[in-house]
Amino acid sequence: MAEKPWTRAIIVGASSGIGEALSRQLAASGCRVALIARRQTELDAIATQINETTPGRAITRVHDVTNYHEAGPLFAEIVEELGGLDLIVYSAGIMPRYKPNEYNLDLDLATIDTNVSGAVAWLNPAADRFGRTKSGTIIGISSVAGERGRKGNVVYGASKAMLNAYLESLRNRISAGGASVLTVKPGPIATPMTEGLGKMPLMIPAEQAASEILLAARQGANVVFVPGPWRYIMAVVRNVPSAIFRHLNF
Amino acid sequence: MTDVTNNLDPKRLEAVDGWGLSSRAPGYVFRPVNTDSICGVYSAATKSGKSIALRGAGCSYGDASINSEGIVLDLTRMNRILEWDPQAGIITVEPGVTIRQLWQYVIEDGWWPAVVSGTMFVTIGGAASMNIHGKNNWKVGPIGDHILRFTLLTFDGKLLECSRETNSELFHAAIGGFGMFGAFTSITLKMKHVSSGLINVEAIATQNFDHLFEVFESRLDTSDYLVGWIDCFGQGNGLGRGLVHRANYLKEGEDLEPIQTLRVANQELPDAIMGLLPKSVVWRFMQPMTNHPGVKAVNAAKFISGAKLSDGQWHTQSHAGFAFLLDYVPNWKKAYGPKGLIQYQSFIPADAARATFKSQLTLCQRYGIVPYLGVFKRHREDDFLMSHAVNGYSLALDFSLGNCDRGTLLSLTAELDRTVLDSGGRFYPAKDSTLNAAAYQESLGAQTISAFRSLKTQHDPAQIFQTNLSRRLL
Repeated sequence: MAEKPWTRAIIVGASSGIGEALSRQLAASGCRVALIARRQTELDAIATQINETTPGRAITRVHDVTNYHEAGPLFAEIVEELGGLDLIVYSAGIMPRYKPNEYNLDLDLATIDTNVSGAVAWLNPAADRFGRTKSGTIIGISSVAGERGRKGNVVYGASKAMLNAYLESLRNRISAGGASVLTVKPGPIATPMTEGLGKMPLMIPAEQAASEILLAARQGANVVFVPGPWRYIMAVVRNVPSAIFRHLNF
Repeated sequence: MTDVTNNLDPKRLEAVDGWGLSSRAPGYVFRPVNTDSICGVYSAATKSGKSIALRGAGCSYGDASINSEGIVLDLTRMNRILEWDPQAGIITVEPGVTIRQLWQYVIEDGWWPAVVSGTMFVTIGGAASMNIHGKNNWKVGPIGDHILRFTLLTFDGKLLECSRETNSELFHAAIGGFGMFGAFTSITLKMKHVSSGLINVEAIATQNFDHLFEVFESRLDTSDYLVGWIDCFGQGNGLGRGLVHRANYLKEGEDLEPIQTLRVANQELPDAIMGLLPKSVVWRFMQPMTNHPGVKAVNAAKFISGAKLSDGQWHTQSHAGFAFLLDYVPNWKKAYGPKGLIQYQSFIPADAARATFKSQLTLCQRYGIVPYLGVFKRHREDDFLMSHAVNGYSLALDFSLGNCDRGTLLSLTAELDRTVLDSGGRFYPAKDSTLNAAAYQESLGAQTISAFRSLKTQHDPAQIFQTNLSRRLL
């Protein structure tokens, strides 16, 4: 198995937050990056800056991940343009604000569409390719919220739980050949998603999260908590009995 | 936007490995069975704008038959023997025929391939492209010296007949041209007559490089095959210590039962080690030993038992048993672990070889990256354009990537490259994984490179035929 730095990457959800930070850091290491997001203006600004200030090169595609049938053909087209693929990051995700105890099917379905269906649409063809080529890295940005069913952010947490199981399945399918799949479980990160939510525990900037994620991926990790201490917190949280957990306002 | 209709089917993508498992690249693999289907692949390449790497059994150690995101044209299914003349010993084969198929087909008529590699699994197409040599290179030259003619399918679908008389320039460039001119579709070779299925083998223990050279020099005129194994852990006065195996054909009449010894069944390698352990699992037992202390101990035991028990003794062996040492333990490369191995082989003119190999081994030891296997052979010059052979010696060193850092290994091989270039030596594309373009081109000389380029432009102007190796070295 050849050890190679990533030279060609796709980042889905590249216009802000962790996706943006990952794009910049990959480009800074000389990687060619394909940036995918809904918002042309933001994408263009990031791509221009990457092309002017880093050894890497950025191309962009405007795409809404909820149009999941577009993902397969777009994936093939980008891989052709990049001349192959070493890495794909799925970092598109939404966490809508609900009122306390609100049930809202539209918001729920939108969450599932972006966080889950879009991920499956993009990562299926990537896993198919990496399984064949016995190489390549998949990074899925999940969340600590997928570890337990909490009272708040019900469908957000459930969507991340599905993402966790999906990524684990992909890993079990393709990692024997030499490809790797990294499940990222961040706590709160200072991104547009968490804006206005006030002070949150262990909050770190997106740039720091991105470098921790890339380090873990280079080391071939299966799962990484970001920042690291969440690993220990969640080890406890995961093991709190349900009868007690329901009384906690966690 | 790319024209999707001309894109290759992603279902053809496969991970394609070099033999040493240290080079891997995804490629669109095609396995055609005839000339027409090769032409189909050529045109798919042109339409999709992808290059083609020609591949046989994939026995090149490094990246000589892999092509990142390009087409890999695997010719192993073109494996028919087309014509055999048992009186003249002349055979015509398709490129995917292996050396195993070849010797098994001809031996009962009293013939043996004049040149074979240490493994019988290479294809004749691959062997011709790399112009392989055997343990008799100083005596009979490379395989190219025994090829009478071949047909080459160039990128435009033309079949060119090449021999020393017709298209002679291309004949001498495509043999040893590592697949840069097109696919061989048939190759005609002259076999070597043998009067017995057995060969006389002498084992000689050598204490160090000086002794090794002396043993070789004094036996060149009286041997048919010579090969030296080196325990690379030997130091000081034992630097270059090892065992030499010399073999001679039996004389006419010496074998009382040639009809029996020439049977394929009597040539086969044993299925089990010491009659017990199936060979297919042996590499798993080797794996725990494939590290510095393990190999050091095994090598020392091998050297000492060779020196004490078999030094100076003769025994007979089958041709296959003597020739295909690398096939005794199937998949032994896997013992090196998932990162695989690289082999570094350099060819040094006779007058400089001793000093160069001493400094190479000393360099390895200073880096703390000691090769687990060292193999020593004698060579002669030949008249093929990209020839790796010199009138001198070669030393092949196997490095495990599981036990050293690739970057450090590359600094070591860069220093080794310098020793080779300073003594006017050469490198071998079938083995190489580490050279850079400047070093490779310096070793062959500007004139050879420019002759190669002009032939390449003439026969493959669109540069359809490429490999990771060709992009690295040319």
